[in-house]
Amino acid sequence: MSDSVETAAVAAPAPSLHTGQSGTVVRSTVIRRLLRNPLGIIAITLLLAISLLAVLAPVLAPFQENYSNIAKTLAAPDSVNILGTDSAGRDVWSRLLFGAQLTLLSALLCAGVAIAIGLPAGLIAGYYAGKFEAVSNWVVSILMSLPGLIVLLTIRAAFGPSVWISMIAFGILISPSYFRLTRTAVQSVRNELYVDAARVSGLSDLSIIARHIFSVVRAPIIIQTAAIAGVAIAIQSGLEFLGLGDPTKATWGVMLSEGFKNVYLNPTLLFWPALAMALTIGGLVLLGNAIRDALEDGEKIKHRKKVALTKGTTAAPARAGQQRKSVTAVDLGTEHHLVKVTNLGVGYPQADGSVKKVVDDVSFHVDRGEILGIVGESGSGKSQTAFSILGLLPDNARIVAGSIQFDGNYTVAPGEDRVDQARLSRLRGKRISYIPQEPMSNLDPAFTIGYQLVTPMVRVLGIPKEEARKRALKLLADVGIANPERTFSAYPHEVSGGMAQRVLIAGAISCEPDLVIADEPTTALDVTVQADVLDLLRELQQRLNIGVILVTHNFGVVADLCDRVAVMQNGRLVEEGPVRDILRNPKEQYTRTLLASMLEGKTPMSMLVSSQKEPVA
Amino acid sequence: MIRFIAKRLGSGLVVLFAVSALTFFLLYVSSGSIARNILGDQATAEQVAMKEHELGLDQPLVVRYFSWVADALSGNLGASWFTSEPVANSLATRIPVTMTMVFAAMILIAACAALIGVVAAVKRGWVDRVVQVGAIVGDSIPGFVIGVILVTILAIQLGLFPATSTISPEAGPEAWVYSMSLPVIALLVNGVTGGAQQIRSAVIKQLERDYVRTLRSRGIGEREILFRHVLRSAAPAGLTVLSLQLIGMLGGVVIIEQIFALPGMGPLAVAATGQSDLPVVMGVVMYTVVVVIVVNLLVDILNGWLNPKVRVS
Amino acid sequence: MSTVEVQEIAPFLTVENLVVEYPSKKFRAKPFRALTDINISIGQGETLGLVGESGSGKTTLGRAVLGLAPVAAGRITFEGRDISHATRKQRRSLSRDLQVVFQDPYTSLNPALEIGAILAEPLGVQGLEQTAARKRVKELLDQVGLPSDAIHRLPREFSGGQRQRVAIARALALSPKLIVCDEPVSALDLSTQARVLDLFLQIQKDTGVSYLFVSHDLDVVRHISHRVAVMYHGEIVEEGPADVVTLDPEHPYTQRLLLASPVPDPDRQEQRRADRHRLLDIQRHQNEQAGVSA
Repeated sequence: MSDSVETAAVAAPAPSLHTGQSGTVVRSTVIRRLLRNPLGIIAITLLLAISLLAVLAPVLAPFQENYSNIAKTLAAPDSVNILGTDSAGRDVWSRLLFGAQLTLLSALLCAGVAIAIGLPAGLIAGYYAGKFEAVSNWVVSILMSLPGLIVLLTIRAAFGPSVWISMIAFGILISPSYFRLTRTAVQSVRNELYVDAARVSGLSDLSIIARHIFSVVRAPIIIQTAAIAGVAIAIQSGLEFLGLGDPTKATWGVMLSEGFKNVYLNPTLLFWPALAMALTIGGLVLLGNAIRDALEDGEKIKHRKKVALTKGTTAAPARAGQQRKSVTAVDLGTEHHLVKVTNLGVGYPQADGSVKKVVDDVSFHVDRGEILGIVGESGSGKSQTAFSILGLLPDNARIVAGSIQFDGNYTVAPGEDRVDQARLSRLRGKRISYIPQEPMSNLDPAFTIGYQLVTPMVRVLGIPKEEARKRALKLLADVGIANPERTFSAYPHEVSGGMAQRVLIAGAISCEPDLVIADEPTTALDVTVQADVLDLLRELQQRLNIGVILVTHNFGVVADLCDRVAVMQNGRLVEEGPVRDILRNPKEQYTRTLLASMLEGKTPMSMLVSSQKEPVA
Repeated sequence: MIRFIAKRLGSGLVVLFAVSALTFFLLYVSSGSIARNILGDQATAEQVAMKEHELGLDQPLVVRYFSWVADALSGNLGASWFTSEPVANSLATRIPVTMTMVFAAMILIAACAALIGVVAAVKRGWVDRVVQVGAIVGDSIPGFVIGVILVTILAIQLGLFPATSTISPEAGPEAWVYSMSLPVIALLVNGVTGGAQQIRSAVIKQLERDYVRTLRSRGIGEREILFRHVLRSAAPAGLTVLSLQLIGMLGGVVIIEQIFALPGMGPLAVAATGQSDLPVVMGVVMYTVVVVIVVNLLVDILNGWLNPKVRVS
Repeated sequence: MSTVEVQEIAPFLTVENLVVEYPSKKFRAKPFRALTDINISIGQGETLGLVGESGSGKTTLGRAVLGLAPVAAGRITFEGRDISHATRKQRRSLSRDLQVVFQDPYTSLNPALEIGAILAEPLGVQGLEQTAARKRVKELLDQVGLPSDAIHRLPREFSGGQRQRVAIARALALSPKLIVCDEPVSALDLSTQARVLDLFLQIQKDTGVSYLFVSHDLDVVRHISHRVAVMYHGEIVEEGPADVVTLDPEHPYTQRLLLASPVPDPDRQEQRRADRHRLLDIQRHQNEQAGVSA
């Protein structure tokens, strides 16, 4: 197909478009990835070997599990008893093998019971919700608050020593872990649009569960089973170690207890059952981890960009101290610009050693009292450019070229490969501030709005709390909030999105900055609210005479606010100039295509971009 | 907030009632010839019948349950069938031993797991890798096996610690701490490795939230962001992890006490289970459930205090 | 679009006095009323645009038509059949004529299924055999401008615009008579949005399908619709020919909506801004007077 923009978007998937891609996918690639992981191979080999030994126990074991040779107790290893004998003269190697059989079978039984209860219950509760979910949640909360071993002691007291009964009981007790896993997974997809689409197609509930929902829980169930089997082995061995198991069966727990009783005489008796347990449970734990890693690798490819964009920059300040060096002076004659970005390149080092550039050779400047719009589609690098000025790029991002200067001083000097956090942290909040896109997720839900406004003023301006409080109330009134007192003491979840965005704007101007960087400040808002917020931004900018960098995809917003515009595409600056020139007489083809895609003023029902060729491609 | 606590308390009582009924019926329905077990094989049928009457076993189950409840509410949990010691008394002498150990281990787990988890989340790099490997090793070796290994190597082979840890009041706090260190270490290893791992992921999840970036843009320092905002938001997840570990530990401590020959709940529970001494088993179950309910209530209150949204709903 | 032309189209979907209520989570609390007394109709080959802001109920109305929202009162009639409470089995036969394209191209396709399997799903439900289904899938991909090798690829290998084409292809699979389009272009970039709108128009031209086109964007709705209905707080406040409603609206809310949406020219936008402030002043004044007289 010929639309270049869409193919470009494939190459650089846009973070903002990565909405809830929930659910994990089991595919053959996961198995391949599992087998390429050394830990995965170790785990699988270990578990296969132990299972093989357990299955072949009757063939491999030289003695019956309870055959005792009274004449040869606590013997050292020899050619007949290759691991020696215990205090009753029983062969340790044979007992280990039979113990493996019992241990694995009981772990399977336990996991089987737990899955048989937890999986269907979780599917039903997750898919249909309602009363069934309420009741099962209650049962689950009871089961989860019972300590496993105590319950097993009770079962033992009631039903006598039986490995199978205790493992069935433990399976019931641990079934909530499958229930919760399944229910959460199902809930996350129940309202996915593809399930709605299947409903519209008339698919039955059973087909929807089998086709769209079961695939989501399959992988987590396998991981969970590995963990549960390990826990089952541990708890069953513990029970036997206490002498509460079936005395006629050779098990690792009994062997451990037997060894512990003779620890002064022959401590190696302890070693073998402990090793067997550690290897088996360890193999299961490793297998679970390896499967999870294999799944996450797949996720990483999908979400790499998103992770890169949201990961913190916490480690940076620690390194900043070591990197401090005398900062070179900026080029003569450019000091008067509030911000000047020169040939900026931002990239992410990849696993194969290459660097993936997301911003490439971008130059522009902003003066005091001026609004520069940076326009582009997703993946154009406009947000990355803004974040490099703020010094809030992700940890793994590198400045690969160019420089950034703020008010006559470099924040990123030529040749530096990261933003110097020591330099930026003196400016952030105080002279450069930020208005985010999504109002709700950018306020800490655990603190009142007032707290979140007051603290930066106290920290940055060094004013007393009471004064900061007064200023915060005034700011809230300034941004058009009708009842500042009430909003001040409200928690973020108690206000609307539009009001939260006003609060964030109030926060951005609270320390009287020189430069405000607004990243799509109205995109998440309704049109009528957007118009109000745009009015507010214009009024504040004129009153305070601040410089603004406005990152947006909307030419209407640009026309409303901006003095100058820079158009970006695929990390590069396409063209830049006064707003009227760019919107009325764009020089570049890309800008023209974008403007042609605007619907305002177009003949209704006319072809917008593909009128020249029919049929539509 | 008071309504919130009252609601939680109410649901805790319902759970207590449900578990007590369930346990009672489970224990008494399935174990048939209790009197015969107690008296031994040579007792006559008459003696057995008398014993049954003495224990009240000839009455219907429901009646017995409600009389048990009535007694329990007045603090009487019955008496052991074998030693005739009142269950409440045996519990009272043993709970302090067990609970000091459990709480010592929990406090250490909370401190170590939080510290290691947060450092791993913030610093990443090698600390992070060590935590992840530690979690795998910790998950692989059951706590009681760790206890056995510790005794064998540190106490028996090297003689650094006493192999059994009986506390005598005269011994003084130093000797007490010394004798308790091995069992507490055996209890906490799994908790620390597992807890650190989960606290690590909770903190990383919070560090990736949008508001953290906005706080940075407002000029708030990294330390304040971490301690005031991130840890507070990660705390509910951490608390849940710790409460689940405490529940697990109430079972694990039974085996540890057995290994170290401690006069706590463990030996009592094991002996009662082996003999089917049902009043004692019942008492042990009730005590654990009460502990669990109290812990869960505390966690709920703390979470409500940390998260304003929970308080409202 | 002259009114005469609109009248010629016999409505084949009608919604009368529709009320949708969601049961409240809280015990004994009043159910949440999402839609109040909705009346709309759509004729063959016609597009009804449904415009409103978040929480206005526009999406709920689309979902009610599809049987995905609980109908508390009123009637939805499709080709003379009352479908307000259709069973899953009735839905299965309805799905031949009634289809959907959702807003989010990232969650409307199952990430675990190949494109071919996604497109074959509605065909399989109708009992189409495999070779015929595969042939139809190829046709569909061609119709929406996707390469035929897309069959064996996963949704994540495609961009937002391409995924939306897949979703459109799935809707077209059974040659439906009406497609409910729930914000189908609002998650897309500007140039991609233009291409997908072109596709919608081309499909209507070729197949004569009707659209119930839900959007928050007045410009989008004006561009694609014959008639437009404006929703506000769960009610329809204004309805009429697209150019009238979207360029010269009567209802105060629609007027506010129109003037709030910025135009891509600084001078015209300045004018619009002034118009908007004047309108807000007038409406505030009228409200005050209404308050005084009441």
